[in-house]
Amino acid sequence: MFLTLITFLPLIGALFLVFMPKESVAAIKQTALAVAVADFLLSIFLWTNFDNTSHKMQFELNVPWIEAWGINFHVGLDGISLLLYVMTTFLTMICVIASWDVKIHVREYMIAMLTLSTGMLGVFIALDLFMFYVFWEFQLIPMYIIIGVWGGPRRVYASIKFFLFTAVGSLLMLVAILWIYFHIQETTGVATADILYITEHLSAPLGTQKWLWMAFFLAFAIKVPMFPFHTWLPDAHVEAPTAGSVILAGVLLKMGTYGFLRFNLPFFPQASYEFVPMIAWLSIIGIIYGALVSMVQVDLKKLVAYSSVSHLGFVMLGIFALNPYGIQGALIQNINHGISTGALFLLVGIIYDRRHTRLISEFGGLAKIMPKYAICFMIVALSSIGLPGMNGFVGEFLILLGVFQVNGLWAACATSGVILAACYILWMFQRVMFLEVKNPKNMNLKDMNVREMFTVVPLIILIFWIGLYPKPFMDTFDASVTHLVSKVSPDNFRPKQEHNNDQHGEHARLITPAEMASLNQKLQMPKKFLIKE
Amino acid sequence: MNVEPIPAPESIDLIALAPVIVLSFFAMMVLVVDLFGGRNKTLLVFISLVGLLMTAISAFAKNPIPAYSFNDSYIVDHLSLFFICIFTISSALAILLSVEYNEREGIRAGEYYALILFCTIGMILLASSTDMIMIFLGIEIVSISLYVLTGIRRDNHRSNEAALKYFLLGAFATGFLLYGMTLVYGSTGHTNLFKIAEFVQNPEAQSNPLLLMGLVLLIIGFGFKVASVPFHMWAPDVYQGAPTPITAFMAVGPKAAAFAAFFRVFAETFPEMAPSWEILLSTIAVLSMFFGNLGAIMQTNIKRMLAFSSISHAGYILIAVIAKNSLGGSSLLFYMLAYAFTIFGLFGIIIILGRKGEENLEIENYSGLAYRHPILALSMTVFLLSLGGLPPFAGFIAKFYIFSAAIQQGLITLVIFAVLNSVISFYYYLKVVVFMYMKEPEAEFQISLTPLTLFVVFIGVFVTINMGIFPGSIIALASH
Repeated sequence: MFLTLITFLPLIGALFLVFMPKESVAAIKQTALAVAVADFLLSIFLWTNFDNTSHKMQFELNVPWIEAWGINFHVGLDGISLLLYVMTTFLTMICVIASWDVKIHVREYMIAMLTLSTGMLGVFIALDLFMFYVFWEFQLIPMYIIIGVWGGPRRVYASIKFFLFTAVGSLLMLVAILWIYFHIQETTGVATADILYITEHLSAPLGTQKWLWMAFFLAFAIKVPMFPFHTWLPDAHVEAPTAGSVILAGVLLKMGTYGFLRFNLPFFPQASYEFVPMIAWLSIIGIIYGALVSMVQVDLKKLVAYSSVSHLGFVMLGIFALNPYGIQGALIQNINHGISTGALFLLVGIIYDRRHTRLISEFGGLAKIMPKYAICFMIVALSSIGLPGMNGFVGEFLILLGVFQVNGLWAACATSGVILAACYILWMFQRVMFLEVKNPKNMNLKDMNVREMFTVVPLIILIFWIGLYPKPFMDTFDASVTHLVSKVSPDNFRPKQEHNNDQHGEHARLITPAEMASLNQKLQMPKKFLIKE
Repeated sequence: MNVEPIPAPESIDLIALAPVIVLSFFAMMVLVVDLFGGRNKTLLVFISLVGLLMTAISAFAKNPIPAYSFNDSYIVDHLSLFFICIFTISSALAILLSVEYNEREGIRAGEYYALILFCTIGMILLASSTDMIMIFLGIEIVSISLYVLTGIRRDNHRSNEAALKYFLLGAFATGFLLYGMTLVYGSTGHTNLFKIAEFVQNPEAQSNPLLLMGLVLLIIGFGFKVASVPFHMWAPDVYQGAPTPITAFMAVGPKAAAFAAFFRVFAETFPEMAPSWEILLSTIAVLSMFFGNLGAIMQTNIKRMLAFSSISHAGYILIAVIAKNSLGGSSLLFYMLAYAFTIFGLFGIIIILGRKGEENLEIENYSGLAYRHPILALSMTVFLLSLGGLPPFAGFIAKFYIFSAAIQQGLITLVIFAVLNSVISFYYYLKVVVFMYMKEPEAEFQISLTPLTLFVVFIGVFVTINMGIFPGSIIALASH
């Protein structure tokens, strides 16, 4: 019940805003901020009450919704969704602060922002396929409005493209959901769309699994976005207002990776296993392609947008390493990307507010004029590259570690992405911050004000916190990841399970990272001996 | 000379027929009162609404269901009861929309309300008939009332053109329908649907070319009435030319009635012969979706756009007929109910924004509506997204329902076509949203927020959202 309340609190706030007079702009902003802050604090409370040792769903609520179809309002959080949930409330709060200077239609803007927040939170807690789909589609509407109304010059094109791309994928997912619903009904006699029940009982032949997997894959791959489905992202990012970009990068893209972890892997473990090489190569192409394209961008925001394609390639690669390191790395990198890229978008937004341009060539030598801004930018840029001691390093390191266990070549290719990231970020940083102040328009730029510091500094604290002491974050999903990995291990594929007829997962062999490491050692030992002989 | 007395039909059950009788009584009362009532039509509206309410109540007089009357040619069952509710609701909403519209446009004919009621009688007959003669009767009552209603703005050339076009093409299609019925009668020896269904159990009868030909002609006839491709050419012109409340009415009531008959004939009478008509109907469904949606993208007039959108919706609903299972039947009911409220709400807004002489109907005229009349724009957005099938609105549940019926039947390819079409349809529904939210107003909106029309809009919004978020009770009713 508590979880439901937190999820719907922003929507209630939005409804409240509807009845506030349009003219009282200050009151509207303060109300929106109060709601967002309250929501964030409440979600922190969830985190502190979260039991790290269990992989089970927590804070569950399960009440009938459409009884005729066996559809329930079933919500809950586990280690995979907890951090994403907290990050959503956190970024919503940051975004409300960052949007303080919105000039037109402030009330509508805040309503859209809060509604969006509920939509996103709903996606992460939904434990019923039908409900998941409802939230998944629902959050499109406010995001579409945010890009389309408060965006840049080509906003209409970008917003429709965003909407249609996502809709294509998700509607095919709907077909797969329906198929699963009737399949479960046929095989077990229970009419349900409950995700946990389906995870336990879905057993389709490999051929069918592959089709279903593809349907889900398309929906999530467009959202992530993976190469070659990424073309909507640069448009949407460039045209969206600053806060829209932050939410887009920080939360919306994470829904895609979350979908892979929640649906593709546990529903279709065997198909996932089969598709690993395809995903790996697509991710690697995405990593390198995104980085190379970033390098030649002249627009700051577009550069950050393409860097997202590259970073999300890492996350996907980590997930499909299908081992604890990879998935843990992917989960923490999810959060890191939300923080670092979110901060980058905020910083680009700050300079855009002052100069109304984002062209790199317009700037130069800003470090002398805006020292505080330059320091913040530097920290965020370095974290985006993955400098040790900052958050990006932890994630990328774990992912590469995981991938290396699977295939050394993939790891090597992916590592080149880190190097390229250093190239495009540092080169951009140099052109914007250092050199001479050539452009006279830049001479009198004001440094960051207090409000802007309030949006960026919390993110910087998190950058160092995760970079230096990631344990509190890593602990939340440890149990869930171990459980998930045991599910996608070839030993536990469904046909075998039916033989043993035991509860899947509970009695499955749980592999801890330590065990995995020792196993790897054992595997490598004989090889070394052979070489010596 | 011995004259054999003609035996009186044994099974005339007047209670089963109560809705038709009640509504006929009220419709004639409207005609009579109109003679003495002078120029004030308020009383007529009141009588019509009471009549529709009484009709809906009297429909439940027959218990237990299913009950039959007129030698099994008229049925009271779950499907017909639910449809009678849809019809009375849609007629009532159409009448409510008409009041202020007629005042603005200067339509003073009292027959207007009587014709809507007569049309409703035809729809009830159509949804309750289990005999092809009765179906024909229903279709003719509906069509003739609609021909007149379409052309009721006598001094407007668009309206006249629409009525004439509708009449000529409609008469042609009726010919096809009748010819098809004749062939079916000729090859089976029955007009009663139950008896025909019994007859076609026999595999030999199924392969009779005359019967197959009859089915094809029936599909053409029905296909015209529901405006499916390639029998849709009348729809855009008629939708644009007809008075706006009648356009809304046409898009919901008569269409639902035609689908009810469609379902009874194909899904309930000829399910055994599905392999022979399934492919034809699937093709028609896919073509309707594609041409409807692609056509709608091109339109600049909102009524024309909605005409094309209704063609594509005919395609979606046909999937329920093709699925021919019990889920298909109940999804048809749910879809039509959700569609009714959405369409009437949407047309309510179109009427509010329209000006005298059917002006101000271009999509451009909606520019910046969101910042002058935010509630209207938000309502419009809700209706459009619901038509597109986006959660959490009624249209999504309706589509979900139909798709699940089809998937249960294994019609995955058809559903994939349907969902891809939904994406196309988002494009033009969002185009209106773009104008409302993302463009600056071109001219000031001179609109009068008339209470009855607003009332219909708010009912529409309420039900569209309510059926989207809490569809449970309606689904339970529909899937009896």
